[in-house]
Amino acid sequence: MEHITTPKVENVKLLDRYTNRKAANGTLYLTATHLIYVDASAEVRKETWILHHHIATVEKMPLTTAGYPLLIHCKNFHVAHFVIGQERDCHEVYTSLLKLSQPAKPEELYAFSYNPKMSKENRETGWKLIDLKVDYQRMGIPNDYWEITDVNKDYEICNTYPPEIVVPRAASKAVVIGSSRFRSRGRIPVLSYLYKENNAAICRCSQPLSGFSARCLEDEQMLQAIREANPGSPFMYVVDTRPKLNAMANRAAGKGYENEDNYDNIRFKFIGIENIHVMRNSLQKLLEVCEMKSPSMSDFLTGLENSGWLRHIKAVMDAGVFLAKAVKDEKASVLVHCSDGWDRTAQVCSLASLLLDPFYRTFKGFMVLIEKEWIAMGHKFSHRCGHLDGDPKEVSPVFTQFIECVWQLMQQFPCTFEFNERFLLEIHDHVYSCQFGNFLGICHKEREDLKIFEKTHSLWPFLLQKKQELRNPLYRGFTAYKELQPNTLPFSFQFWCGMYNRFDKGMHPKQHVLDHLLSCVSQKMKLEDSASDLENKLPFLDGPLPSEACSLSKVGRAASKTPMLNTPQDYEGEPPPVLSNGASAGDIGVVSDVDQKHKENLSPHQDLHDLNDTVNMLNAEAKDGKPQHH
Amino acid sequence: MEFAELIKTPRADNVVLHRPFYLAVEGTLCLTGHHLIFSSRRQDNAEELWLLHSNIDSIEKRFVGSLGTIIIKCKDLRIIQLDIPGMEECLNIASSIEALSTLDSVTLMYPFFYRPMFEIVEDGWRCFLPDEEFELLSSVTDEWRLSCINKEFSVCPSYPPVVIVPKSIDDEALRKVAMFRHGSRFPVLSYYHKKNGMVMMRSSQPLTGTNGRRCKEDEKLINATLRPGKRGYIIDTRSLNVAQQARAKGGGFEQEVHYPQWRRIHKCIERFNILQESLIKLVEACNDQSHNMDRWLSKLEASNWLTHVKEILTAACLAAQCIDREGASVLVHGTEGTDSTLQVTSLAQIILDPRCRTIRGFESLVVREWLQAGHPFQQRCAQSAYSNSKQKWEAPVFLLFLDCVWQILRQFPCSFEFNEQFLIMLFEHAYASQFGTFLGNNENERSKLKLPQKTMSLWSWVNRSEELSKFQNPLFEANSLVIWPSVAPQSLQLWEGVFLRWNRPSKFLDEAHEEMINIIKYNKELQAKVNALRRQLAQLQTVDRMQENLRHTQLGIVSSLGSSSVSKLHTVLAEAGTLTSTQLCG
Repeated sequence: MEHITTPKVENVKLLDRYTNRKAANGTLYLTATHLIYVDASAEVRKETWILHHHIATVEKMPLTTAGYPLLIHCKNFHVAHFVIGQERDCHEVYTSLLKLSQPAKPEELYAFSYNPKMSKENRETGWKLIDLKVDYQRMGIPNDYWEITDVNKDYEICNTYPPEIVVPRAASKAVVIGSSRFRSRGRIPVLSYLYKENNAAICRCSQPLSGFSARCLEDEQMLQAIREANPGSPFMYVVDTRPKLNAMANRAAGKGYENEDNYDNIRFKFIGIENIHVMRNSLQKLLEVCEMKSPSMSDFLTGLENSGWLRHIKAVMDAGVFLAKAVKDEKASVLVHCSDGWDRTAQVCSLASLLLDPFYRTFKGFMVLIEKEWIAMGHKFSHRCGHLDGDPKEVSPVFTQFIECVWQLMQQFPCTFEFNERFLLEIHDHVYSCQFGNFLGICHKEREDLKIFEKTHSLWPFLLQKKQELRNPLYRGFTAYKELQPNTLPFSFQFWCGMYNRFDKGMHPKQHVLDHLLSCVSQKMKLEDSASDLENKLPFLDGPLPSEACSLSKVGRAASKTPMLNTPQDYEGEPPPVLSNGASAGDIGVVSDVDQKHKENLSPHQDLHDLNDTVNMLNAEAKDGKPQHH
Repeated sequence: MEFAELIKTPRADNVVLHRPFYLAVEGTLCLTGHHLIFSSRRQDNAEELWLLHSNIDSIEKRFVGSLGTIIIKCKDLRIIQLDIPGMEECLNIASSIEALSTLDSVTLMYPFFYRPMFEIVEDGWRCFLPDEEFELLSSVTDEWRLSCINKEFSVCPSYPPVVIVPKSIDDEALRKVAMFRHGSRFPVLSYYHKKNGMVMMRSSQPLTGTNGRRCKEDEKLINATLRPGKRGYIIDTRSLNVAQQARAKGGGFEQEVHYPQWRRIHKCIERFNILQESLIKLVEACNDQSHNMDRWLSKLEASNWLTHVKEILTAACLAAQCIDREGASVLVHGTEGTDSTLQVTSLAQIILDPRCRTIRGFESLVVREWLQAGHPFQQRCAQSAYSNSKQKWEAPVFLLFLDCVWQILRQFPCSFEFNEQFLIMLFEHAYASQFGTFLGNNENERSKLKLPQKTMSLWSWVNRSEELSKFQNPLFEANSLVIWPSVAPQSLQLWEGVFLRWNRPSKFLDEAHEEMINIIKYNKELQAKVNALRRQLAQLQTVDRMQENLRHTQLGIVSSLGSSSVSKLHTVLAEAGTLTSTQLCG
């Protein structure tokens, strides 16, 4: 709280970015966690909540007749343009926000003070929701070829890897250690995903320290072990996700890429995904395009092209598709790396898993995927998201790109994901919000040092509680689709207005098919309940026919397409709910319930009493739905 | 003329058909007067492709040895390839297709030969007559009249025989106004906004010329639509520059001095070859198989298609805004008043009038604002994106209108009774059809061709329940409000259903659509079931109560009543179809 010198400023204007409607007038509050703006001019009380950690930049703009403008850009692409009457107030809010948005010490992050009033047991259960061992079991590991080893339990092999990693059984400890000395930051080849159908595996690592000619016998043995763990294929791919030029430049620094001559039966391939700096600049350009005031179609499309954003998205997608095809069609294992193997490698490996395995397209599976490929394997969330006051050159939208790739897949395959777009946006919000512990720090070791498992909450149980609104009503179930083969011609990629112009509600469709279908789904459950309820009552009325009544209601349940997720309600006597499709929209103008929504997203979650139920239910589902070996 | 003369080789065997995303099929190719028919008789994969010759936009031939290949590019944008063994056969077939797809006489077109295989419930030629429209209008206002001044198409060749004009303006004045407007297209009523009594009129440009001619009757006519002391808006669909240049050719625009109660706004909507080139470039970009993202975006931008969509929508929103928000009447025109004018007036109605968002209402809109209003369909839709003709009157004006409707539909997915397929169907039939609806350039030509007598109307076919069900939007819930679409570039998208239709597999999107329909259908059935059960419960409770009463009073006949009650229960439940009799009796 020591950063807040002015907790309340009155007569603050909030400008509308696009329309020339009259600016709102109200009061701005600074709390320990949020900036809150209450619009006094609106007929209905309207609040805008901005989480301090979501603030990317705060700028003081030149004085205008209305006062001192303060422009806030958020990491979730919210842009707020305030005008404050007094220069002193403006400056104090400005300096407070600079400090509050990027604290110097990790302990100051929201997650350490966030208190949803949950019991210790529930909090701990929440952290146990995702168990990576279970996912390896699902792949059939350990098996004859792969084992889970604790060789890294004291982070001696690699301090950015988790304590437990999956390596070929054939690779001895000496080989593992030898290989780790030849890989940048000790990030040795480990298993990311095993495609059980044909034993082809996706493995990941960092670049080799090959320089112009260096070799390492253990590393060569390591790759051989990986290749031989897939007896069905005589060769394996080694994919360097960097542009060739970048990889070659690295050789001068004693790093580089694998020489095909030194490794037996590898096929080496470059996939040109640009580095974090190019991506950061590309997003910056894209956002400038999104923020243009009444651009022409040409301005927009030219800006979109010049930003290069969709080109990069396509490059990541193409790489994911290449991996999935190599594994499925060519039955070959693939080893993927970039420089350190924590950015592009994470994008590409997780995307390939998503294409190959329908499990990762479920709620639970997607959480596992993020925990496994991103959190556990040391994607530097803290640096890439700028959680703390640090080097701005380390910030890059690597995870955002992955989330967008998933969204692009959803557009092509609308029935294959259990969750909807809002689930992606929620996750994206919380990667930056620092409200939950999952994305703090840069690797597992650091999270242990920060004691996040003891001091903070896990995001996943909270998202599961909102499952009803985050689900995809068109989902056809786990078994309906197996591997996905997306079209990657340029026209298959769309600009994601719902992400980059998310808070400009005027640009979005005024009626949402998703809302309509979600209300259908909830209505359906109520109707099924009242139907079976009525069916129960009917025979009873006219004398004792209890046995039929019971069996009937069971039949009714079994016939319904989805299991009952909520508690059955007595629906008798109530009129049927009216379908709401948000149809009112058109005439009323743009009512900004964005802010309201935003607030809901990030204010402390309530109703935690049934968290355990949620967790248990999900675990039960995981057991029922998926084949398990142990 | 006999078609047989044009068909040198009516049939070829061992022809291989190639289409994107399908395996190549071998089969027999037949040419008839109006169709290209390909059929494969293989047991496992029997299929037939029927293609109207009039749907063929261009044809290319290639030879490798004696194997000829014909590439057929269609007006609906699909491209197919036929491998035909034998050079002579291939050449014959190609030249036949060329001749048959470019017949110059309208009366040789398929609609004059087509005999429907369905029962006609309602003759489409008799739907949407101006009298019906006027009847609706008369119920809310008496300021307008139906004028038969154009009965023999004697005043304006591109207008229908009857038009709606202000009551205070007599036919004599109309004749004078007609002399003052390009192509005699004097201002007529396009739309009456019930909410506030404001109107939208359309016309062609006034013939002011360089010396600023004026026409008192014209001024009187349009002023007759204004409320006392109120101003109106003239939306000129040309830029000020273009409108000024038009004066040199005798055209022009309404001068402030003579129309002091009107504010003129210029909007720039392109026409003719600029639109045609835009379509050609867009389709070329969509067919580009290269994996270069920059190239795609740059071609998409350079085609300017979405720019045109944005311009047209913006002008339509402006017209709607003047009427609904400003409470002002509007006159819309460009040069001839047959293209951009109609885009604006028809889209404004979709925004303002919920009726236009229903299937019948939309059909009526197409009839009123496009067919009767004299949009020259035959000229505009003679060729599509693959044409290499340099004739300047072809232009995808109607397709752009449909695209704009699709954009609004996408932003208000629950406010339209029809779906995207309905719009695509109209696009197809505007360019090639078995129906006579889109033949001719105006009502005058249609009446000379005797289309209502000699051809079938598209509406006769569409408005049967079998067909309608394909075009219904399951999400539709009548929305009586004005719907304001966003015209920000971020809100407008390429119409994939038309432009990428043949370039990507649609399986997954079709499945999503199917799933959506199922969800909604299942809910409706469930609701019906619950309602039925509730009714039965209420009924039974009454019966039960009666039975109770009887039990208390007349113990003697309880048993017989009891059984009648059971049988009653039996029947009601059987009605609802929820229980079987065995379950009940057992």
